[in-house]
Amino acid sequence: MSKTYSKLNLSKTTKSNFITYLLVIIVYLIVQFLIAGGHMSSLMKGLLVPLCIYIMLAVSLNLTVGILGELSLGHAGFMCAGAFAGAFFSKCMQGSMPDMLRFLIALILGAAVAGLFGILIGIPVLRLKGDYLAIVTLAFGEIIKNLVNVLYIGRDSDGFHFSMKDSISLRLKEDGEIIINGAQGITGTPHDASFTIGVLLILISLFVIQNLVNSRDGRAIMSIRDNRIAAESIGINITKYKLMAFSISAAIAGVAGVLYAHNLSTLTALPKNFGYNMSIMILVYVVLGGIGNIRGSIISAVILTLLPELLRGLSDYRMLIYAIVLIAMMLLNWSPKAIEWKERIRETYFSGWKSGKGDSAKTAAKGKGVR
Amino acid sequence: MKKYNKIISTVLASAMVAALFTGCGNSAGSGSSDSGSTAPADNTADTPSEDNTAAEDTNTADNADTGADTAAGGTIKLGGVGPTTGGAAVYGLAVQNASQLAVDEINASGGINGMQIEFKFEDDECDAEKSVNAYNTLKDWGMQMLVGSVTSGCSVAVAEKTAEDNMFQLTPSGSSVDCVKYDNAFRVCFSDPNQGMASAKYIGENAIASQIAVIYDSSDIYSSGIYEKFAAEAENQPFEIVSAEAFTADSKTDFSVQLQKAKDSGAELVFLPIYYTEASLILSQASTLDYAPIFFGCDGLDGILNVENFDTSLAEGVMLLTPFAADAEDELTKNFVAAYKEKYGDTPNQFAADAYDAVYAIKAACEKAGITADMDVSAMCEAMKGAMTEITLDGLTGVGMTWDASGEPNKEPKAVKISGGVYTAM
Repeated sequence: MSKTYSKLNLSKTTKSNFITYLLVIIVYLIVQFLIAGGHMSSLMKGLLVPLCIYIMLAVSLNLTVGILGELSLGHAGFMCAGAFAGAFFSKCMQGSMPDMLRFLIALILGAAVAGLFGILIGIPVLRLKGDYLAIVTLAFGEIIKNLVNVLYIGRDSDGFHFSMKDSISLRLKEDGEIIINGAQGITGTPHDASFTIGVLLILISLFVIQNLVNSRDGRAIMSIRDNRIAAESIGINITKYKLMAFSISAAIAGVAGVLYAHNLSTLTALPKNFGYNMSIMILVYVVLGGIGNIRGSIISAVILTLLPELLRGLSDYRMLIYAIVLIAMMLLNWSPKAIEWKERIRETYFSGWKSGKGDSAKTAAKGKGVR
Repeated sequence: MKKYNKIISTVLASAMVAALFTGCGNSAGSGSSDSGSTAPADNTADTPSEDNTAAEDTNTADNADTGADTAAGGTIKLGGVGPTTGGAAVYGLAVQNASQLAVDEINASGGINGMQIEFKFEDDECDAEKSVNAYNTLKDWGMQMLVGSVTSGCSVAVAEKTAEDNMFQLTPSGSSVDCVKYDNAFRVCFSDPNQGMASAKYIGENAIASQIAVIYDSSDIYSSGIYEKFAAEAENQPFEIVSAEAFTADSKTDFSVQLQKAKDSGAELVFLPIYYTEASLILSQASTLDYAPIFFGCDGLDGILNVENFDTSLAEGVMLLTPFAADAEDELTKNFVAAYKEKYGDTPNQFAADAYDAVYAIKAACEKAGITADMDVSAMCEAMKGAMTEITLDGLTGVGMTWDASGEPNKEPKAVKISGGVYTAM
């Protein structure tokens, strides 16, 4: 095995990237195999698409938090923008073009709209840093959610009608239909999302992010994270690179939003799914998985999404146990003592592998240095 | 060496994930064989999804083991979905408790045609996505019919899935129009437009007022749904809406602006299609403004007399259209309220009443259709669809309730006026 690797002469990062792709593909194949064999419960089947959505969100937020080194608390807002843009398009075009093509355009549109919001918000916000930036992104996320909640769009034979007041003031004709109905959101979005599409989108997001990180632009972004003044002094355009990372991250969140909208037939911007609760949840995935560690984000998103569902057996104590397990996992993973202890175990029992600590610990340490 | 480490970690991680999935798959397999064992004679599976039937095939050994103990009578597995945690928990818990109460009563009195009901309720945190998860969990458990979801948004999302599986769904309180879009879905409560329409007609026909102000919650589907229909119907009625002011979930403590506008526009009646918590604040704030119009509400106002620290004399003269009042004098309501209070130490609200009626509606329809526990979900749904339109139910939320194929209930809203601190029928 090691021979083939050295023959291919792949760099360390390339290998690491391929392991991530491989991981996703292997899991995908296992799941397909399980479905074919009939060993999958309906709960698990229902969770597959949400898992893909949360993985994409975690991975994309990791770009902002881990690679760019800025704390963003408005990620759910971008997801919301993408979700509504995609669902709006699908609702308008339903029946007038092939389903797959429509969904593809919806995905692209969702990414574009979320990316645009990323740029718009990024321009003022990225002048700040640290905690200030975090709080302002939080506010922007809420603004997006609240804007969507007062938006009424309808369509009749005269074309589109807009309102910010209520659906009556749209003055639709008899043949009209309301597409976005304020707080009631969009209902009846076609169900296009599937696990295969979700996995494909994950692979694309991974491809985009991992290649960005290893490119010239990516190194510029990381140099801003590591030392802003030094980066500026060698002529790196800080605003440009920050905006780049921020808007790509937003665009991927937008794609996740489109997938979300096409998985459920009802789309409403509630604090629960698009509010800051959700943004913080995504941040939890990133932190638990290791800031800057893409693979870790994937695994932690999977575990934390499955956990509350697997704990359903505990009925009333479910959310309490979930919180306790979350605390325990954070401590076990990231407390200095626990890391030390894990090192010791590794040295005692697996001393042969001492040289390879696994890159997760290293990148995490790097991420921590920044904070 | 390092490469090995990575490869091993990859393999281990994927094995872990795989174990996670297979673990659940297996438990579901054995779960379905449990439920399947109620019908050991024929090969109908209770769950419609093909994976479970497949799982059963592979688990025939299990089947033989568990088949013996449930051969007689059988049980019908009834599932419920609603929020039991989070902000909307009060509604979910009411539905859970009241359904359980109804199920216990039915079981104690011999069940449905001799079949016992097994009831299980899952939490959805008032989130459409979680609601679908909860539904899937119940499906794995072997649910044959669904009471839920409690809230509108969740109901719409779950209805999509029940329609796919052709499972009978009866939502106690999902009031938005799309909840019963598919023909397998029915509801117990009024739809939002229905309430708005009924309110406008009632005010118009009884000539209660000619100038009307509306204060509603634009971020709430229930409230804005009622308001929109009310405003549309108002054009056909001999009154005029002179002011329509909205508030949102983020600003529901101070209503002085909305009330001042209503006062300035000279409204004689303020229509409040909102829940009682906000309404109690509006009533208190109106009294400090010396503004005393007629207040008129919908079923959401039910419960206003039980708000803590609320001076009930302020609610004097408030009118509401509601299907249920906890202090009604009929035998059924009295018994229900007493039993509920004894068991859960709380006065039941309208959600509880809807859920209680939902379970009894299912019972009536099951008896009509001759449902047996060994029918598969889809056949059961087909039978129930027909039977629901043929039954007449005297329930807590209406006497002589009937359903039509669209899933809407036909019952008369009762207008109630608060006088002397109690609800009195008008």
